[in-house]
Amino acid sequence: MTKEELKIKITEIHPEAIIDESGEWLNITVEPSAFRSFAEQVRMDVLDLDYMFCLTCVDWKTHLTMVYHLSSTTYRHNLVIKVKLDRDKPEIETICDIWRTAELHEREVFEMFGVVFLNHPDLRLLILPDDFVGNPMRKDFEDPINMIKL
Amino acid sequence: MFSLEGLTSIIHEWLNGHLPATLALLAEFVIVGVAAIGLFAILGLGLVWMERKVAAVMQIRLGPNRLGPKGIFQTSADTVKLIMKEALTPSNADKFLFNLAPFIVIIVAMLILVPIAFAKNFQIWDLNIGVLYVTAVSSLSVIGILMAGWSSGNKYSLLGAMRSCAQIVSYELSAGLSIISIIVLTGSLKISDIVASQENGWWIFKGHIPAMISFVIFIIAATAETNRAPFDLAEAESELTAGFHTEYGGMKFALFFLSEYINIFIVCAICATLFLGGWMPLHIGSWAAFNHIMDYIPSSIWFFGKTIFLIFVIMWFRWTFPRLRVDQLLNLEWKYLLPISMFNLLLMTLIAIMGWHF
Amino acid sequence: MLEEIAITEEGDLIINVGPQHPATHGVLHLVLTLNGEIIKKVEPHLGYIHRSIEKMCESLSYRQFIYVTSRMDYLSAHINNHACALIVEKGLNVEVPQRAQYIRVIMDELTRIASHELWWSAMAMDLGAFTPYFLAFREREKINVIMEETCGARLTMNYMVPGGVMTDLHPDFQKNVKAFIVDFKKTLHEYNELVTGNVIFQSRMKGIGYISKEDVISYGCTGPVARASGLRSDIRKIAPYDIYDKVEFDEIIETGGDCFARYQVRIKEMSQSIRIIEQLIDNIPEGDIQAKTKAVLKLPKGEFYQRVETARGELGVYIVSEGAAQPYRIKFRSPGFSNLSALDHMVRGYKIGDFIAAMGTLDLVIPDIDR
Repeated sequence: MTKEELKIKITEIHPEAIIDESGEWLNITVEPSAFRSFAEQVRMDVLDLDYMFCLTCVDWKTHLTMVYHLSSTTYRHNLVIKVKLDRDKPEIETICDIWRTAELHEREVFEMFGVVFLNHPDLRLLILPDDFVGNPMRKDFEDPINMIKL
Repeated sequence: MFSLEGLTSIIHEWLNGHLPATLALLAEFVIVGVAAIGLFAILGLGLVWMERKVAAVMQIRLGPNRLGPKGIFQTSADTVKLIMKEALTPSNADKFLFNLAPFIVIIVAMLILVPIAFAKNFQIWDLNIGVLYVTAVSSLSVIGILMAGWSSGNKYSLLGAMRSCAQIVSYELSAGLSIISIIVLTGSLKISDIVASQENGWWIFKGHIPAMISFVIFIIAATAETNRAPFDLAEAESELTAGFHTEYGGMKFALFFLSEYINIFIVCAICATLFLGGWMPLHIGSWAAFNHIMDYIPSSIWFFGKTIFLIFVIMWFRWTFPRLRVDQLLNLEWKYLLPISMFNLLLMTLIAIMGWHF
Repeated sequence: MLEEIAITEEGDLIINVGPQHPATHGVLHLVLTLNGEIIKKVEPHLGYIHRSIEKMCESLSYRQFIYVTSRMDYLSAHINNHACALIVEKGLNVEVPQRAQYIRVIMDELTRIASHELWWSAMAMDLGAFTPYFLAFREREKINVIMEETCGARLTMNYMVPGGVMTDLHPDFQKNVKAFIVDFKKTLHEYNELVTGNVIFQSRMKGIGYISKEDVISYGCTGPVARASGLRSDIRKIAPYDIYDKVEFDEIIETGGDCFARYQVRIKEMSQSIRIIEQLIDNIPEGDIQAKTKAVLKLPKGEFYQRVETARGELGVYIVSEGAAQPYRIKFRSPGFSNLSALDHMVRGYKIGDFIAAMGTLDLVIPDIDR
């Protein structure tokens, strides 16, 4: 599907979505509350975005943005979904039952950015030691012992 | 022709001439004990060196080549290193059993040495139940392995010991059955009788196809019983790190290591005795001239030549095959080897009764 | 003493594989829940070699950050560098000279062969066969020598710069590569005779660690793991970069989904890599090896994503730029991380030996998982 077709489909599914066409792929920004149902729809519906190849988060100092890169293995179109989160209390519904690869990726984002994934089956620290405090990938993370500061 | 037989009788006569009979017997015990331990040390060092060289040849590399000509002193140096190492006992371990296990394994290996005929009339004790004794005693080594695995307090060791038990207990069956198929032909359990019965040809040639089948089965079962690759599940380096001897270090590890090689030597010696005539030179029926020429080669060379050839075959297996999985290993025994060797035994009995063998 | 052996309430044994274990080939830590020999659960504990490369890259310039990525998947270091060079070129709209593109692709394929060789040898060793290790390293050494001549390094080549490659080829490069190809075709046959056809090997691999196409998609597996289950996932075909759209090669697809299928995919991929190199090696055009770029590179404000096919699967580089000389946020989507997540699904209900075999066919490189 081309960008234009994708755009039409997405407006049908979720009219409130903000669509940005500047990048290589179509960028969709949705509200955290609507994200879960939107994700289910793009997975199941005609878009058939069954393959998640990247899940990450960006710290914009004022807010956090979750970035989901999705692709379809049948139609070979790509879509980027973005969700803005409150930096002080970042919470979002998990999608690891839709795309199971998200389970480990969400755990990584959880420890690095402190985003809490609601209903995640096993939300623990993955890479960091169990007693680690802080979210190292946030821009304001400071570690005086190892002299890490940005 | 120089023969080891002369050596034993000279010692025996000299001791009896200079000492009372009881003391002479005790002195002979000591000599035999020292000789057995000496043989152990030499075999251990030699076979480890041989293994490393065989592996090197198969893996397009050189192997040990620094210490002494062709690196033959490398294993001695390794032994010195192992002796110098601290013998650690993990705090989780059952200390008594943990320290006892390597000795049980090595004592069992030593005991099996008793009835083996190294050369013509050169034997520690020619038991009338020689072969039965070997199969009985060799099954004791599993106790040592189980003890080591259980007492280490390590889960890998425990898994390794469990696997080892299942493996040794099952493979003893087909090893025993293939031994029996030769016993059926010889009619005696005595090692000297078995060797003597091969004077006009080795059983592997005389016993038709059933003898060959039992030879192959015995080699497979022997490899499995000594925990060698492709049946090294008890150690299974990539799965269980080092299996039942994960927690052992220094000389205690060396005893396990040594007993592995001694066990290989012993099973190969038994195999050579049963199927390839032991120290008996290659004789072919009534070819008197040929047999006479063959007799010129000393019997001990025949024995060690055959044994080392079989050891080489077992090493060859190790450096060629991947490891089996534990259920495949047991399937192989219970579904294939055991029925085949049972049927083979029937066939062999038929041959023995009808006198079809040569 | 035995109270300390951790046993769950259901009577299952919990066992730690790693961080130091012969089969993990690095500091991977997996916690296995066992019922006897049967695996009930595999849980990865990562981070033993985590260096936070993503955070490091946020303070490095666009010329510098490329070389940090060599340390991620060190077996396909060259392809990682390629991905980073491509994304900077994409951001700056730089046209890479043809000669550099040819060199990059040849080097990529040599790296892929070297990586698959190491995988083959290590996997055979996991299954208990030691000899293949030395055979594969004999061939890998030849590639390393070729790399060393041109790039000056054997493992972490650091040969890519934004806009091309760092130096021109060594004068003997073409001759040596051709000699290697001739040798390699013979040895590939030897590999198949020693390992592929072995009865024990096949019984250890066939029907083990099965994963279906749907699960492969859901777990985000890429590379040979995905292709062994019948998913077309070769980025060289889906989204060709450099001159991959001009060369002819087959994307190897197997439908078995088991360890043997994954094994076959990698073995056949080696011949396809040879095929690509054969097409290119005689036709390297003359010309520049670098496009002209500014001394200080600044990507325009925006987001960039570049996917490449490494030896292990799809490597994605995601850059968020604020127009500065350093990336604002960088994310490496490593193939090993997603492939590892499928391990639990693959080996449940199988035995410990199967778990080792399945892990071997995943071809995990631990620094690639931890980053």
